[in-house]
Amino acid sequence: MELHDVWFVLIAVLWTGYFFLEGFDFGVGVLTKLLARDRKERRVLINTIGPVWDGNEVWLLSAGGATFAAFPDWYATLFSGFYLPLLLILICLIVRGVSFEYRHKRPEENWQRNWENAIFWTSLIPAFLWGVAFGNIVRGVKIDAQKEYVGNVLDLLNAYSILGGLVTLTLFTFHGTVFVALKTVGDIRVRARALALRVGLLTAVLALGFLTWTQATRGDSASLVAMIVAVVSLVAAIAAVRVGREGWSFAFSGVTIVAAVAMLFLTLFPNVMPSSLDDAWSLTVTNASSTPYTLKIMTWCAGIATPVVLLYQGWTYWVFRKRIGTQHIADAH
Amino acid sequence: MDLALAPETLARWQFGITTVYHFLFVPLTISLAALTAGLQTAWVRTGKEKYLKATKFWGKLFLINIAMGVVTGIVQEFQFGMNWSDYSRFVGDIFGAPLAFEALIAFFFESTFIGLWIFGWDKLPKKIHLACIWMVSIGTICSAYFILAANSWMQHPVGYRINEERGRAELTDFWKVLSQDTAVTQFFHTITAAFLVGGAFMVGIAAYHLARKKHIPVMRTSLRLGLVTVIVAGLLTAVSGDLLGKVMFRQQPMKMAAAEALWDGEAPAPFSLFAYGDVEKGHNTVALEIPGILSFLANGDFDSYVPGINDVNKSEQEKYGPGDYRPNIPVAYWGFRWMIGFGMASLAIGAFGLWLTRKKFLLPRALRTGEDEVPHLVLFRKPLGARFSRWYWVVALWTMTFPLIATSWGWIFTEMGRQPWVVYGVLRTKDAVSPGVSQGEVLTSMIIFTALYAILAVIEFKLMVKYAKAGPPELTEADLNPPTKIGGDDRDADRPMAFSY
Repeated sequence: MELHDVWFVLIAVLWTGYFFLEGFDFGVGVLTKLLARDRKERRVLINTIGPVWDGNEVWLLSAGGATFAAFPDWYATLFSGFYLPLLLILICLIVRGVSFEYRHKRPEENWQRNWENAIFWTSLIPAFLWGVAFGNIVRGVKIDAQKEYVGNVLDLLNAYSILGGLVTLTLFTFHGTVFVALKTVGDIRVRARALALRVGLLTAVLALGFLTWTQATRGDSASLVAMIVAVVSLVAAIAAVRVGREGWSFAFSGVTIVAAVAMLFLTLFPNVMPSSLDDAWSLTVTNASSTPYTLKIMTWCAGIATPVVLLYQGWTYWVFRKRIGTQHIADAH
Repeated sequence: MDLALAPETLARWQFGITTVYHFLFVPLTISLAALTAGLQTAWVRTGKEKYLKATKFWGKLFLINIAMGVVTGIVQEFQFGMNWSDYSRFVGDIFGAPLAFEALIAFFFESTFIGLWIFGWDKLPKKIHLACIWMVSIGTICSAYFILAANSWMQHPVGYRINEERGRAELTDFWKVLSQDTAVTQFFHTITAAFLVGGAFMVGIAAYHLARKKHIPVMRTSLRLGLVTVIVAGLLTAVSGDLLGKVMFRQQPMKMAAAEALWDGEAPAPFSLFAYGDVEKGHNTVALEIPGILSFLANGDFDSYVPGINDVNKSEQEKYGPGDYRPNIPVAYWGFRWMIGFGMASLAIGAFGLWLTRKKFLLPRALRTGEDEVPHLVLFRKPLGARFSRWYWVVALWTMTFPLIATSWGWIFTEMGRQPWVVYGVLRTKDAVSPGVSQGEVLTSMIIFTALYAILAVIEFKLMVKYAKAGPPELTEADLNPPTKIGGDDRDADRPMAFSY
């Protein structure tokens, strides 16, 4: 296995980490409208992810930085080609970040309601758009001989990628619902479980459609295995939350995300961004990658840093392991 | 295409606007993290409540600030790929590595431990909670190092070779990229300037409260800490700036000639106090100069030769082919002056403040003040003196903005002074923009970012003012009895969280 293959895997790992972690905090953001009944319940939801959302988001920055360093041409084509969707995602991430920090900084109801609306929309839109983006990457886009994207923004809105967007949106929401059931006590936990069943079933239908479509058009035996794992664990997650085993359910919904991302990357390899115009113009792990020297340095860095990151981020979840409910939220603010 | 709206021009404006805006928050984040950590250390070691109050007060302002720093930082990373894709293709092999290092080593650190610090007051034992804010501080400083190493490579590319076949620069020595003198001095200069920003910020807000005789013990401590920070950081900024200047004279003679509006080389070379130039004809129509000083700034003596703009332009034409290799000279010239002027002014005002509030054993008994009194600012209690001391509080408040103006102009000077190159001597800015991105797309994003940033600036400013005016919070029972085990004590399971969004 050559270094550029290792980095293909590592970038897949970083995206997996991002979707696993920010997936549930996007989901919790969506639930502020779907599940919470009043201001206090919304605050319970926001506080379940309060200590961790910022750390979760860095997985995206790492995926971006690693792509820049390991596959500069992939980074350049992807980011300049998907200009407007990425702009929308950026705006959402900016507003979302300040929403968490600024919502409670003033007591006025208007102020707080505006930031709560912001949290909902800025969680929902990126959760959808990431699926659209990955749908397009896997499907292939108009890349010319100079490695430039020559399509327009409407080319990115096709049935396959929109279905991909709906899958990430519902899957993240389901993942978030299970997370809320796992992290709360009282009435909100009971309702989260009930909602998880409904969102889970919707997710299962959409995901089955999208993954089957992917498998039928681009799949091989390895991606089929990943697809089966994804679907089976999604069903297991729904079953577990039904019998009240939220921890297991969260683990299974996590496995679903891991397997689904793995499936997309498996169908991609050895391309990183296929061209829909001519196969010869596709970006691959070899023609888009950095030099072996750069990759070697990066491998050392990632090899040492990633386990340490997992360790202290894991510790954070341990520190904040207690379930919270409305009684833990002070009346002020 | 109309040059004013060409994608290159727009992409440059966008980069300039988003970078300067981002860098309003960065220095304050770097310095306030460390200063807050220092105050919290003082609390853990002495148990004095004023330190805890100060920690909570500055910590809150720090959090309002860092939120903006983080979200505007994401834009910076994405922007290289969106607007400057040919740059990314050309330098990714080199420039991407420190960026990825920053994310993997520094950002994760910073963002994870900030969460632990914000929410950890009732979940972590005192010392572990303290360690978290130090981790945040280390994270911010590491982050600065990797970014400045990347930027320094654009100023002075080292440790690479050009691969003609792939049409890109490739890394040959990463250690050189991280350890070259440009990176080290630029890091030193940026970090010291960051502490100048944080020190002046602390002094200004403490002065505001002291002028109103509010929260005196906390604000006295903050004032002194701020003043000492301003002076130490200010002096080190000057020293590091001089070092950086000498490095630049060797590596980017054009930038420094432009900064001095020195058109033709001279020996000894004078320092320009005021100049009004004619860019077309390549000379100054008005010039006020101090002889010999520029030779000193460049080479450390008073009589050596310093090449001028016309000389460097000619030698670059010989080296790189016909063209105009001069940056925007008025911007470089005035940017350099605003940077030094505002930076040094804040140092002077800080030094004066420290002299005015010096320790009591230096003062006659009648003028000494206790822990809970506003310090006297002058040696005598005559009406004139009292008015004078009131003036100092007002000046201190305005001085808060000085280092920020200095750092903003510092970046404008550094980046614009390198033009027309994006990587000095290697890649021109016009060859770095995304060829596939339309004028409409860049214009859209520029308008959106500018508008969004403007709205957020107003919100951020109002919040800062609100919380700065509110002063330190009253301490609660929970604050004074931190938990003894990780995850929090079980003693009162339904007690509200010490901090919640």
